[in-house]
Amino acid sequence: MTEGANTGQRERQIWMSAIAKANPARLEELMPDLPPLTCLRPPEVGAVMVQGRIGATGAPFNLGEMTVTRCSVRLSDGTVGHGYAQGRDKPHALRAAVLDALMQTDQAAQVRTRILDVLTAKAELARALRAEKAAATKVDFFTMVRGEDA
Amino acid sequence: MYVAVKGGERAIDNAHAWLAAERRGDPSVPELSVTQIREQLKLAVNRVMAEGSLYDPDLAALAIKQARGDLIEAVFLIRAYRTTLPRFGASQPISTDAMAVDRRVSATFKDLPGGQILGPTFDYTHRLLDFKLAAEGESPTAHTAPADSAPVPHVTEFLNRDGLIETAEPSDTAPPDLTREPMELPADRALRLQAITRGDEGFILSMAYSTQRGYGRTHAFVGELRIGTVSVSMDIPELGFPIEIGEIEVTECETVNQFKGSKTEPPQFTRGYGLVFGQSERKAIAMSLVDRALRWKELGEDSIGAPAQDEEFVLMHCDNIQATGFLEHIKLPHYVDFQSELELVRRLRAEAMAAQEAAE
Repeated sequence: MTEGANTGQRERQIWMSAIAKANPARLEELMPDLPPLTCLRPPEVGAVMVQGRIGATGAPFNLGEMTVTRCSVRLSDGTVGHGYAQGRDKPHALRAAVLDALMQTDQAAQVRTRILDVLTAKAELARALRAEKAAATKVDFFTMVRGEDA
Repeated sequence: MYVAVKGGERAIDNAHAWLAAERRGDPSVPELSVTQIREQLKLAVNRVMAEGSLYDPDLAALAIKQARGDLIEAVFLIRAYRTTLPRFGASQPISTDAMAVDRRVSATFKDLPGGQILGPTFDYTHRLLDFKLAAEGESPTAHTAPADSAPVPHVTEFLNRDGLIETAEPSDTAPPDLTREPMELPADRALRLQAITRGDEGFILSMAYSTQRGYGRTHAFVGELRIGTVSVSMDIPELGFPIEIGEIEVTECETVNQFKGSKTEPPQFTRGYGLVFGQSERKAIAMSLVDRALRWKELGEDSIGAPAQDEEFVLMHCDNIQATGFLEHIKLPHYVDFQSELELVRRLRAEAMAAQEAAE
């Protein structure tokens, strides 16, 4: 695989991941209308077995399942998009597939600024706020001087 | 002879209608919404996800509402639902090293890189009822402080440097899955962990407590307890590369256990591991103690015959859905079975009395 193809794949992993984790209501707000499309695989709810590792670094074990919805579409220009979304929201998975397709067309730049960047910024803000709340609960140890040492 | 009995339909329908009305309670009190349960009874939701073995907070909240707050009944509903879902595949193992940490404490090291982060904990509260919560309209805010984005390494890594603790060697062996193949004993550690992480919190807690009280003592310290969010990645077959398909909250506990050494292993610290869906701290700590207790054979320790060291005892009794199914089925009609018991007891009695009379 060429370096260009690798970069393309990396980009696609990033946008597909961002859409999978997006809040479905927010995604719908940002993307109320869908372009003409054919559903290659209508939204389907299923489960993915989540694995952990023994001792965090050892052999894998099955932790339990999570719900995931997936969908594949073809736009009128023939571009195929695949969407995966956490949870059971079928419109979310459909929009994820459409976004994946649009990001492969000449509308990519526009879709990125209007939708993807907004979603990513929102997620980053939520993550940062949570990290700040956690930071406020970090313990600052100080050593007290014992009487006999003073 | 089997005699089919019919006639309960109307009674059953009416019982279920009454159940629905009782579930709603006093109609003059506002109805509880599923999103309220999801947001405000989050630890109950987490427990239902962990024991239901399906991460979906909305579904778990719905199950709690439907079950009228009976969490084992809610777990039952989730287990039943998950069997209807097609399996898309397995995720890559989650990386708890990369966790966005809400809480992270160590009972073994005071000063550790990344610090001790208390998070939203019940610890250090006075366990006094807070009557302010009975009044409506409170919307408390959390304090914030600048966060650094430095990594929060696992505590066991420090002990690893001196070879003082056993290592968990990376491997990519596909783990057994008890939802696909019936559990077979002896079970390997991966299968045991799957059974324990979905096992009943109360059962696992009691098993862990029994080891602390001396029934298979393993001298555990909490090396590290962390709660936070991790991404879940999966290889997408149609694309040929992995993407993140979601984010889940998990609790992880690693115990550090005193170990004098055995015929096969040098003296060093050994480890127990707990990993549970959601913020489920008690369960994760208990899981790591039970995991460690069950490892006696591989570490060359002696079994003292304690319940927590007995793999069959722990694994075959930790599932609250199996347990409740077998326990509660005895309340359902057993008229025919009981009829034969009655006849048997009557005959034995008659024989015994006849024998007694003959002796007199």
